[in-house]
Amino acid sequence: MARKRYLLFMVQVHLNFRLAELESLADLHGVDVDFSSYSVDSPFMIVTLENDKQASDWIRRSVLTRAIYEYWGEGNTYESLHKSVQAHPEFEQYKSANERKSFKFEFEKFGGNAKQDISTRVTTIESFQYLELKGPIKMKNPDEVFTVIEEYKAISENIGGEVPEKIYFGRLIQLSDRARGALEKYDLKKRPYKGTTSFEAELSLVSANIAQVKPAHIMYDPFVGTGSFLVAGGHYGALVLGSDIDGRMIRGKGQQTIKANFKYYKESIQFLDVMTMDFTHNALRKDFVIDTILCDPPYGIRESIKVLGAKDPERFAGKEDVEINGQKAYLLRDYIPTKKPYSLDSLLDDLLDYASQRLPINGRLAFWMPTANDENVATIIPLHSNLELKYNCVQDFNKWSRRLLVYINRGHEFNGPNNSGLSRTGNFRDRYFSGFN
Amino acid sequence: MKFLTTNFLKCSVKGCDNSNLNFPLRYVRENCQLEQDESIEFNPEFLLRIIDRVDWQAVVSVASDLGNTELPPNKPEFEENLTDEDMVILRDLHTLLIQTNIVEGQMQCKNCEHIYYIKNSIPNLLLPPHLA
Repeated sequence: MARKRYLLFMVQVHLNFRLAELESLADLHGVDVDFSSYSVDSPFMIVTLENDKQASDWIRRSVLTRAIYEYWGEGNTYESLHKSVQAHPEFEQYKSANERKSFKFEFEKFGGNAKQDISTRVTTIESFQYLELKGPIKMKNPDEVFTVIEEYKAISENIGGEVPEKIYFGRLIQLSDRARGALEKYDLKKRPYKGTTSFEAELSLVSANIAQVKPAHIMYDPFVGTGSFLVAGGHYGALVLGSDIDGRMIRGKGQQTIKANFKYYKESIQFLDVMTMDFTHNALRKDFVIDTILCDPPYGIRESIKVLGAKDPERFAGKEDVEINGQKAYLLRDYIPTKKPYSLDSLLDDLLDYASQRLPINGRLAFWMPTANDENVATIIPLHSNLELKYNCVQDFNKWSRRLLVYINRGHEFNGPNNSGLSRTGNFRDRYFSGFN
Repeated sequence: MKFLTTNFLKCSVKGCDNSNLNFPLRYVRENCQLEQDESIEFNPEFLLRIIDRVDWQAVVSVASDLGNTELPPNKPEFEENLTDEDMVILRDLHTLLIQTNIVEGQMQCKNCEHIYYIKNSIPNLLLPPHLA
């Protein structure tokens, strides 16, 4: 089948996550993309795809791109751009396909700060006369949007270029989730219920994309906190479920609850439930298939790591016999079970083990893990013999970093490396509080 | 807690995993306060995908715990093109599985008889140290 060229316009942020997002979304929608021309330094990539639907499927959910266009041409000046458009092998076909459609022109730019006045734009639009568009101009909901993208070379970090170095021209196929306003919609500042551990909108949506959260499938967050990842998963259509050993966070305050966030976003149908539960004493039935696990485990900074059980078992010996008004105390509604400290390494081992048992083959586990940057010690990534480590995307802060680890369940035959039981994360908490000195 | 969630919850006591009595939990009608959340919109395609995941016997058992004995013994099956009759069944299931909330209540393991509480619609599956 003849393939067509498309122009992908990306954003130059979170570059350690961008390719992972694009690959994951292509894989999720069965779109075959050749990434050989991908460059981390450029916001542009020209790709060939089978048709517009593929382009649209691939980019609709994307957070680290702006849009994808049917590629019509490019040049270093407008003159060379016009030549390039008219020399495009599909030019006559593209022209006749759009002849009667309503349309408008849009202008996008990268790296420049030159403000264009309206008359310059009108002149530019008029220079495309040879397209012979006969349809009506519609500023609202036109059939087609023709886009001119100017790429500038910034003079310095804060000063944009004045004259474009390159100009692209294309027909808009699909705006990304970002360009359609997802970051504004899920901005934490506007979220009714949030807390100190809430995860920012942009990277939580990116995480859900790399984890391949699917519409009408189940997503589970075992360390749900205030539900940031549930929101991201719900946005992409999953039925989301969360648990946390700390009931205070998931209860919320009065009208401010995780459930209320879903109502606020008009996505109530995506929200299944949150429950107070110790992930290591799991109450989800074993044959219940969880398609995706996405979470930010507690790592001891804002929240301590605890599981059920007595820290000092002797002190609790015989307590199961305590009665209040003739009723076993531990069976009362307001009984609060004791908890004991647990290590992050053990918790992550448990998480990988759980994922290997519950995810379907090819299902993904994605979670965030912090690491200190201060020592000349290689970071050890947890590994499980059934899980393929697919991505390790680092977000660098000054003295520490966090990384999104993404695993694919390959089943028993995979026989990959396993480092369960190894001390990996060290005393991240102690080093955090001592300023990594 | 949605009725649907009762279909996914077993007892958290690890020893009960060796018993087939740990799922579904038993719900005591007198202790359960139910509420309908009619604001959740009906989406038949979404619901169909969810029904795929449901253990129907457990739906029937919990519904009967809560006083609804009208459900068919076997999971309803749907053709690709939904008939009007299918839509009626799906709407009923939407009302039961998605819109019905257990706001307050108790769930009990049929094996170890441990009691779990649902408070303000949130189930609490934590365990005392001697069961953890």
